[in-house]
Amino acid sequence: MTKSAGALELIQSVEQADSPSRLVAAVRALAEARLEAGIPTLITVLGYNNPEAAVAAVEGLVHLGDVSVAPLLEQIDDYNYGARAYSFRALAAIADPRALDVLLSAAEADFAPSVRRAAAKGLGNLRWFQLPAEQRQLAQERALKTLLLLSNDPEWAIRYAAIVGLQGLAASEPAANPDLVEQILARFAQIAQTDTDLAVRGRVWMAQEQLNAINTQLSAHSY
Amino acid sequence: MLEPSPKQDFESGSSPAEPSGGEPLTLEQALANLSHPDLSLRYYAAWWLGKFATGEPAVVDALIAALDDEADRTELGGYPLRRNAARALGKLADLRAVPALLRCLECSDFYVQEAAAQSLGMLGDPACIPSLMKLLEGGVAASQLIPGRPHLAKPSEAAIEALEALKATEAIGLIKPFLEHPIQRVQHAAARAMYVLTQEPVYGRRLLEALAASDLKMRRSVLLDLGASGYLPAAEAISQAAVENSFKMIALKGLLENQLKQRSPISLSPEAQRVMTLMDTLL
Repeated sequence: MTKSAGALELIQSVEQADSPSRLVAAVRALAEARLEAGIPTLITVLGYNNPEAAVAAVEGLVHLGDVSVAPLLEQIDDYNYGARAYSFRALAAIADPRALDVLLSAAEADFAPSVRRAAAKGLGNLRWFQLPAEQRQLAQERALKTLLLLSNDPEWAIRYAAIVGLQGLAASEPAANPDLVEQILARFAQIAQTDTDLAVRGRVWMAQEQLNAINTQLSAHSY
Repeated sequence: MLEPSPKQDFESGSSPAEPSGGEPLTLEQALANLSHPDLSLRYYAAWWLGKFATGEPAVVDALIAALDDEADRTELGGYPLRRNAARALGKLADLRAVPALLRCLECSDFYVQEAAAQSLGMLGDPACIPSLMKLLEGGVAASQLIPGRPHLAKPSEAAIEALEALKATEAIGLIKPFLEHPIQRVQHAAARAMYVLTQEPVYGRRLLEALAASDLKMRRSVLLDLGASGYLPAAEAISQAAVENSFKMIALKGLLENQLKQRSPISLSPEAQRVMTLMDTLL
């Protein structure tokens, strides 16, 4: 059986699955085959309203990695927020900075909270070093600006996600960008004092503790 | 796949609290509308005050007065304005409402009783405990579905939740039989209250078993019960449940805040960190 014939069969199994459990099994098989030809189908599955299948599809897309990014960006489903949320989770996990623009606008303006949360987390986790050096700082500053905005959102879970994103951003290149880190730590100190939700304050305390641990390690290694 | 609304939207049986087609109001307008000749404007005003007022004494007084309203009646003899007034008073944190709400527990309208019980739980005055316990007397037998109506003879679920909120350990013996009530929602309310009041893991495990139920709607509500119960061993099961992530976030928030409050002064425990690590994966 040639590789392309195998891909076709796996794709057809997904398209012709006639029950939720068959769909899940077919998606898992396609995802595990790690075939680039399967990417459009895996992305389509994100919109099928079957969470188990969607999670398997996300795993497959994440394992394929960078080659999934352009198709994911092209196939963002403006009409299905469930599909969108899964797309952003995949993009966030792959962490390719090409997703920056799409994550920024989703984090700020998508109407669906699940999408905004996934985008906020993703903004903290991008592999900035994949950008040319001269673009890196601006990109990080754009992420910072959006995440700071989100840290003031009326919805507690969005603020929570913003903290996760800010922590990721602060941890990404602490030595390279101390000003960024300082701004984030200052915002964390404010949140710890003023946020009305105990859960949000709790997440900031954890972020502060974990960032502190990184700083301590860095200091220890600087001798 | 819906984004979740607060838990009360998923309870069966009670009429919707938010009327449709309402205009934006000011506080003065809403207050005035409580005695408007148009009964639907009164009903909307009572709902509006519960949502937007912040406990101004004039508002509380007017809502207490509305608990005796006789003008707004349904065909079956219910008191819609009283229902909304009772609901609103629970949110305004003014204990002056307690005596009137206690009287509402004897209203002929099930939904007025139910709203009053819920609000008494929210207001937190332990003096209500005996009256709430009285609602559970007669046990499961006295709490059956009324033929031709979509509700039970008594608002058992609301009474159990209020007693849980009031930390009424003296009610444990009265609540326990409701673990065997024919309606699952009531069983779950009993299990949750029993866990909160006794801290015995068997009741937390009971809810975990219910979580594996096949019905999505029931799973969502059990998930929220687990979150509110403080039963920490449920954290991993919550994060993996076949329920929308937004519900899981709310449930884990409940566990998290419960954990954070256990230390005085409030601080970060390994258990709290474990819950947050799970919440991070759900973003």
